[in-house]
Amino acid sequence: MNFQTTIGLEVHVELKTNSKIFSPSPVEFGDDPNANTNVIDWGYPGVLPTTNKGVVESGIKAALALHAEIEKHNHFDRKNYFYPDNPKAYQITQSDKPIAHDGWIEIEVDGEKKKIGIAEMHIEEDAGKNTHNPNGYSFVDLNRQGTPLIEIVSKPDIASPDEAYAYLEALRQRIQFTGVSDVKMEEGSMRVDVNISIRPYGSDKFGTKTELKNLNSFSYVRKGLAYEEKRQQQVLMSGGTIQQETRRFDEATGQTILMRVKEGSDDYRYFPEPDLPALSISDNWIHNIEEAMPEMPGKRRARYVSELGLKDYDAMVLTQTKEMSDFFDETVANGADAKMAANYLMGDVNAYLNDQQVDLQDTKLTPANLAAMIKMISDGTISTKIAKKVFKALTKGEEPVAWVKSKGLIQLSDPAQLQPIIKGIVDDNQQSVDDFKNGKDRAVGYLVGQVMKQTHGQANPKVVNELLMKELNNR
Amino acid sequence: MNYYDTDLTTLHEKLVNKKLTAEQLTRDTLAKIKADNEAINAYITIDENAAIETAKAIDAKGINPDNLWAGIPIAVKDNIVTKGLRTTAASKILENFNPIYDATVIEKLRANDVIVIGKTNLDEFAMGGSTETSYFKTTRNPWNLSKVPGGSSGGSAATVSAGGVLAALGTDTGGSIRQPASFTGVVGVKPTYGRVSRWGIIAFGSSLDQVGPFTRTVKDNAALLNLIAGHDEHDMTSSDKEVPDFTAGLDGSVKGMRIALPKEYLGEGVDENVKKAVLDAANTFKELGATVDEVSLPHSKYGIAAYYIISSSEASSNLQRFDGIRYGFRAKDVKNLEDVYVRSRSEGFGDEVKRRIMLGTYSLSAGFYDAYFRKAAEVRTLMINDFKKVFEDHDFIIGPTAPTPAFGIGEDSNDPKKMYMNDVLTVPVNMAGLPGMSLPAGFSNGLPVGLQIIAKPFDEQTLYKAGYAFEQATDFHSKTPEIGGDK
Repeated sequence: MNFQTTIGLEVHVELKTNSKIFSPSPVEFGDDPNANTNVIDWGYPGVLPTTNKGVVESGIKAALALHAEIEKHNHFDRKNYFYPDNPKAYQITQSDKPIAHDGWIEIEVDGEKKKIGIAEMHIEEDAGKNTHNPNGYSFVDLNRQGTPLIEIVSKPDIASPDEAYAYLEALRQRIQFTGVSDVKMEEGSMRVDVNISIRPYGSDKFGTKTELKNLNSFSYVRKGLAYEEKRQQQVLMSGGTIQQETRRFDEATGQTILMRVKEGSDDYRYFPEPDLPALSISDNWIHNIEEAMPEMPGKRRARYVSELGLKDYDAMVLTQTKEMSDFFDETVANGADAKMAANYLMGDVNAYLNDQQVDLQDTKLTPANLAAMIKMISDGTISTKIAKKVFKALTKGEEPVAWVKSKGLIQLSDPAQLQPIIKGIVDDNQQSVDDFKNGKDRAVGYLVGQVMKQTHGQANPKVVNELLMKELNNR
Repeated sequence: MNYYDTDLTTLHEKLVNKKLTAEQLTRDTLAKIKADNEAINAYITIDENAAIETAKAIDAKGINPDNLWAGIPIAVKDNIVTKGLRTTAASKILENFNPIYDATVIEKLRANDVIVIGKTNLDEFAMGGSTETSYFKTTRNPWNLSKVPGGSSGGSAATVSAGGVLAALGTDTGGSIRQPASFTGVVGVKPTYGRVSRWGIIAFGSSLDQVGPFTRTVKDNAALLNLIAGHDEHDMTSSDKEVPDFTAGLDGSVKGMRIALPKEYLGEGVDENVKKAVLDAANTFKELGATVDEVSLPHSKYGIAAYYIISSSEASSNLQRFDGIRYGFRAKDVKNLEDVYVRSRSEGFGDEVKRRIMLGTYSLSAGFYDAYFRKAAEVRTLMINDFKKVFEDHDFIIGPTAPTPAFGIGEDSNDPKKMYMNDVLTVPVNMAGLPGMSLPAGFSNGLPVGLQIIAKPFDEQTLYKAGYAFEQATDFHSKTPEIGGDK
């Protein structure tokens, strides 16, 4: 029997705002427990939430990036449950009327493009964190309590673990381009809950779904889903039934392990949050945000190909993150040749980032300096060989023109200066001249090498070659 | 001393002219409320030392002649948080709770040199109409110590009624200011929802709760609302509408005003003497040149059911934070987390609070939400529309505040349904977010009867104008109870 797979993804994205969604406490990580909290975050008696307008604005940006319809009159709801990291014993979220619905993003798997629908996107607050020590005490840190989140729920359009992976990549990329979040799974600013079900081909009824937890990277999502897809197939093929259950992905074995069987659904007793007025979003507000939205990756990729003549693959690589793409755009705007800028970013810059394990924005590299270096290569001021040294200097924040000058690394391209040097070397190497005359081309390389040696690598290889050939042919 | 023979303006002049110091006034007030407290039990906490210190500081600074309230001691219901002053909501679960911040209304009082003299008793978490559900004590009605003062703001009403303070703050979710005002013969106002900040009010029904003043006179009441009203950036449901001077326009005239008298408000269950007081009031208004029409608020009959669903649903959620984890009562010898929750809440909350938590939890549960909460919200819209229609051609509505005068202590406390019916005339005002006033309008067997006046949203001015005119035309407000003390 053949099965078809349906995957649902619920993605939480932490919004990068200065203060929390309903309180003026700062959103900062790594501080002492409960340092960034106040009476609102504690759920103290008598306190009330105040909606951070910046969060709503970020929500609108994200919704626009997901081609979603914005609900102009939406409101917050309370989701009620007891837990120590949830100090009010309710989470302020959106259930009944989320801020956006019916969006889509495009994914590409093996060259095939597909639109994945987004059922809804809502705004909500994050909970705090519980930790437990071996002495039997538990601690509650409410620094994270009230951090703004958006939750993005996919439609049942994702049909394979590879599509799920591609969806997450595309989602991360688009959100990242809006600038509303860092969208980093490793830092917890992007979290993924997945569910998967399978059904026989042609069946119009979805199978029972299982939920997977502990998926801490995109590849674990793909691995976990692939394992679970296979497991469900085996269960059904051997005559079993799938239970509605939550399973944990084990990173070590790549398997999913039963955590708990779900009996019925949790009752969170949602109802409209009476402490907050309904959110009204004007067309004008949406319009202003739309106007100020950064260019999305798909558009940039197309522009790099059609206007800058890059290869589609290169354009795709450069638009993986907004930082890289912005860096590229600015480098080109500073006068660098687009193809050379692309090559440097994908080559030396990427290698440097990988080597140092840093993000582009955390380095001393600047588009202006990279462009200045590329321009020096283009106009022959420095050789690509010298450029290797210059690039190292760029990573230390040096301005390339001044640095090259101070180090005396400007390329020798003046024939009047090079001619006597070449003549001298040819004079001193009669054996090579003879070899050349006898058709041994290697001799040329040797002589060029001698010139470079004598000029400390600063001679322009192209000019040296021309002059040398002329000199040899004259002998 | 007591506050029977004086009013805000008189006291203010004495303080400005140094015929009286804030300290002396505070000491006299403390002596009076402490003496009364044994009989009336109006206070959970009397803040003697801080009150005297504050009064001394105000005297040292000098009484600002432009600030009517400078140096005046007032009482505050104990569900309004006060920094460093125990705030219990009359619940065991907050028995030793010392807040670290002031409610916005308290900040405003303090900024205006008002002295917070103590925290008054209430029904636990403001849930009740008799002040009998308080964990600490039962407050008695100064007019008859065997009767309840009403509730939930029974302590605030009783202390003003007994002449202990010039004014007090209460809260009103379904009648908790107006009904005790009616029972104790004082003026109580529930402002329009959004007129006064709820920041620092221990939430009961968030979409209904509102803070308001108790006083002996309409004018003093308006003056206190002047002090506490206005937009607050901490409360997004507070209105940014301009706050007028509520004491302006109190000229005793209602000439040409159109008054509505809903027939549903004089129906079954309303005491004959109460009816008579309301009809007499209608005549008084007519004599003053107003017209009175009988109108209908057809959805009033669903008000109690819808109100108890909405307020209890919101309460069930609001009270979840009292979980024994961060503050308040925690049960001893707990075994695990669930035990902390279950036992702290079981032991910390009283029966009425638990009843409402259960009612609210049920109403919000999957499968029941549509039949209860959603239906109640729909009824609420219909009730709002009823009022809108009446206000199309009327300036204000009059009716009884409560169906009966004060009932006996213990009389209804075991019959929740009977107790809930007490709110039948007050809850529609909360459901529609309207401003409402109760003021003395008669007596029934020696117990005060209140007249309720209801106005359009944010039209407290009409409330005060009408109330003032009625007060000037009658002498019910000048009657005072015979209680122990120095009267």
